[in-house]
Amino acid sequence: MATVEDNKQLIQEVLETYPEKAQKKRKQHLNVYEEGKSDCGVKSNKKSLPGVMTTRGCAYAGSKGVVWGPVKDMVHISHGPVGCGYYSWSGRRNYYIGTTGIDTFGTMQFTSDFQERDIVFGGDKKLTKLIHEIEELFPLNNGISIQSECPIGLIGDDIEAVARKTSKEIGKTVVPVRCEGFRGVSQSLGHHIANDSIRDWVFDKADNEESDWESTPYDVAIIGDYNIGGDAWSSRILLEEMGLRVVAQWSGDGTLEEMKNTPKVKLNLVHCYRSMNYISRHMEEKYGVPWHEYNFFGPTKIAESLRAIAEFFDDTIKEGAERVIAKYKADAEAVIAKYRPRLEGKKVMMMVGGLRPRHVVPAFYDLGMEVIGTGYEFGHGDDYKRTTNYVEDATLIYDDVTGYEFEKFVEALKPDLVASGIKEKYVFQKMALPFRQMHSWDYSGPYHGYDGFAIFARDMDLALNSPTWDLIKAPWKK
Amino acid sequence: MAQNVDNIQDHATLFQQPEYQELFQNKREFEGLPPNEEVQKAADWTKTWEYREKNFAREALTVNPAKACQPLGAILAAVGFEGTLPFVHGSQGCVAYFRSHFTRHFKEPFSAVSSSMTEDAAVFGGLKNMIDGLANAYTLYNPKMIAVCTTCMAEVIGDDLGAFIGNSKNEGSIPQDFPVPFAHTPSFVGSHITGYDNMMKGILTNLTEGKKKETTNGKINFIPGFETYIGNLRELKRLTSLLGVDATVLADNEDYLDSPNDGEFKMYQGGTPLEAAADAINAEQTIALQAYSTTKTREYIENQWKQGTSVIRPWGIKGTDDFLVALSQATGNPIPPELEKERGRAVDAITDTQAWVHGKKAALYGDPDLVLGLLQFLLEIGVEPVHVLVSNSNPKFEQEAKALLESSPFGQEATVWGGKDLWHMRSLLFTEPVDFLIGNSYGKYLWRDTGTPLIRIGYPIFDRHHLHRYATIGYSGAINLLNWIANGILDELDRNTIVPSKTDISYDLIR
Repeated sequence: MATVEDNKQLIQEVLETYPEKAQKKRKQHLNVYEEGKSDCGVKSNKKSLPGVMTTRGCAYAGSKGVVWGPVKDMVHISHGPVGCGYYSWSGRRNYYIGTTGIDTFGTMQFTSDFQERDIVFGGDKKLTKLIHEIEELFPLNNGISIQSECPIGLIGDDIEAVARKTSKEIGKTVVPVRCEGFRGVSQSLGHHIANDSIRDWVFDKADNEESDWESTPYDVAIIGDYNIGGDAWSSRILLEEMGLRVVAQWSGDGTLEEMKNTPKVKLNLVHCYRSMNYISRHMEEKYGVPWHEYNFFGPTKIAESLRAIAEFFDDTIKEGAERVIAKYKADAEAVIAKYRPRLEGKKVMMMVGGLRPRHVVPAFYDLGMEVIGTGYEFGHGDDYKRTTNYVEDATLIYDDVTGYEFEKFVEALKPDLVASGIKEKYVFQKMALPFRQMHSWDYSGPYHGYDGFAIFARDMDLALNSPTWDLIKAPWKK
Repeated sequence: MAQNVDNIQDHATLFQQPEYQELFQNKREFEGLPPNEEVQKAADWTKTWEYREKNFAREALTVNPAKACQPLGAILAAVGFEGTLPFVHGSQGCVAYFRSHFTRHFKEPFSAVSSSMTEDAAVFGGLKNMIDGLANAYTLYNPKMIAVCTTCMAEVIGDDLGAFIGNSKNEGSIPQDFPVPFAHTPSFVGSHITGYDNMMKGILTNLTEGKKKETTNGKINFIPGFETYIGNLRELKRLTSLLGVDATVLADNEDYLDSPNDGEFKMYQGGTPLEAAADAINAEQTIALQAYSTTKTREYIENQWKQGTSVIRPWGIKGTDDFLVALSQATGNPIPPELEKERGRAVDAITDTQAWVHGKKAALYGDPDLVLGLLQFLLEIGVEPVHVLVSNSNPKFEQEAKALLESSPFGQEATVWGGKDLWHMRSLLFTEPVDFLIGNSYGKYLWRDTGTPLIRIGYPIFDRHHLHRYATIGYSGAINLLNWIANGILDELDRNTIVPSKTDISYDLIR
């Protein structure tokens, strides 16, 4: 394993190619974790350099693609030109149960398809009309959100006024979201803006509404799980088995009703801290609902998390947590017994979004693997602080890594597996490197919970131990 | 059931287990969704003529459109040129989307950069981003050319690419003589095919400036258009070479989008050499394989290069015949016996299969040229197109499509639905059902809702592997199309005759 000094040297070498100005900026985002330090020593949440290959998206992607899009019983309008809605259509595998197009709308694309005249004359009238058309053609929708694309903010449309007006007219929740792509430096601001719109346009209006069910002392909500490949379900099942009642899921397979009821829970359970800490803090301040961050990747963290969650409740739940841990113990051990010998000592480099650059690390450890480099697409300072609890001395840390840097780091450190997104996948596979997509689980999943860990282990094995990697070099070139 | 380590279940089967089914049931208590009867009632209503009429009456709302925006097409054109890095001027999220979209379809790396404009650029313009961005892209990724296009953000604030690139050169971001062609590609005008056209024109304008010679170079230029079938680029080059045509493909992104895995990642693969592209101005003529993704480019070639252009879609037997005849006339070379044999084989395949496709009713959607190519083929094998839907349509296309349909007895029942989307298509399939639907992967939602079998042809195809590697043009492309369509019909027949002692009377071995 490379030492702290080795990796610092590597960073220096990789930076040398940049023009001076760019080099200075990028230098602040690359570092090496040193044991005992309170953060990873990198700056984050700053503008990406122009002209480099960043993997980052935009505020619209953060709001529509992540926070709002998976709310299944609402129609989310991609307001502006056709592209943003088109590219974010069905891209994230946020699984849900429902009759699409009738009572749920998760895999559909609704857009105002802006034309030149809409840019010139404004799109508010069109938006109003469009909302009425939605109401007529999709009467079982439970609400509408307006996801602003770049031109909306630039031409000064008043989507808030449209939302207020149409909400009265159709008698349903209509949420304007100012998530234009140019806001902020990545999708991260989109998460924040979306959270704020829930606060202002859902919670504030729902405060006086009655719910159909009675509260229990065991009510919790899953916050920040997008149900990629069903993650939230393989998490929910554990919480329910330990005796908790999950009354809301945010936002994968979630509904507007679930959102509205969340301030009544006893505890918010936050998985993706980055995208949903804002609304969790708000619920704590305004409604007095505490929140707790948990990690359901790999048996070590699952057990640790279940126990920590149980600490918020009485002995019934504490016993429930132990019962769940005991129930799945044999399964988890069987998975490790089968896969650890095949994966032991393999080195991984990661680069993902929200929580995964740190949360997945212990799942790799459970399988005997090492993580030698990690970084966030759009992490903030608090993410890098939290990361220190997960990584080991001399781990290479790269914030908003550019395509150029990532390739150079991988060439130098020679990991056995790269775990990142679709844009990176084939770059590394062309280098004959096993790769797994950690945004979408490479169309597999779920990866959360005990059921998910078995799939995770299987997938790492099938990636790393595929015979196909041995085919790459022609025999006459070997 | 918890996981069994010898048979680990992922989402496809895991969630069918009773404990998850129970979990879904219990969750309903909190969801606030309408009761099942109400959902069923609404679902049934969406299948009616009444709903269809309401659906077609909408004026402002678009649901599930079959089109993307301009820059996507622009960067597809750009990567067909040697050593070219696409640079999208605007907010960076767009490029992330384009790269993901192409990567998911081609299962290949796709390199493109953005000028990462944010709020400050929205206020002050994106010049600074351009200056820094070009310097970074040039130094870091070592391209031979950087092709710049815009996003809707840059267009709304009115950034002037020509001036910005000039300023960047003056600031020393890139050498003065380094080629930086550009195109304005606002997302609120046209679609991805418009972007392809604009970028192609931008690149050709830049590269050929001052390169016009007295005499021609004896070559013929070919513009594939917004082409996502790698096999088509190969087929084009094979056909032209068999006919002895000295061809320049503008632009050839075949290697870029289908690079070999040899253990090394190379950012730039193949592509039309910049010199060859520059010399395209001196060619004998330019043949485009698509009309609506090359409109402005052809106009430019005719007016500025003073070069003849034509559009020939080598789809199906007649389309390919026309293409080869045109090439034979242009070169004076005869059509080689090898191609005559190929033609014969394709025709043989069609006659072998005609009984299974004859009179079958089809719905189709896609880009205008793709749809026209398909229509040509469907009509000549005796399929009856019924619903022909194009989101990124225009009056000229609709006229052309109608004329083509009218020319065949099999086209008489068809309606061309220009500017409509896949939610319109859903109503059409419910009220006037057809035997099969041709379209891209998004059609799988229509397959589920309406039960119409889907033949995947078009872009994007995300959920099936390797279809894009085949050809759809030429005689070999005709066989591929026939294969997909006929075997799609036969698969459906098997599905409908598979229940033992109920429907399996016709579950035949020989078809």
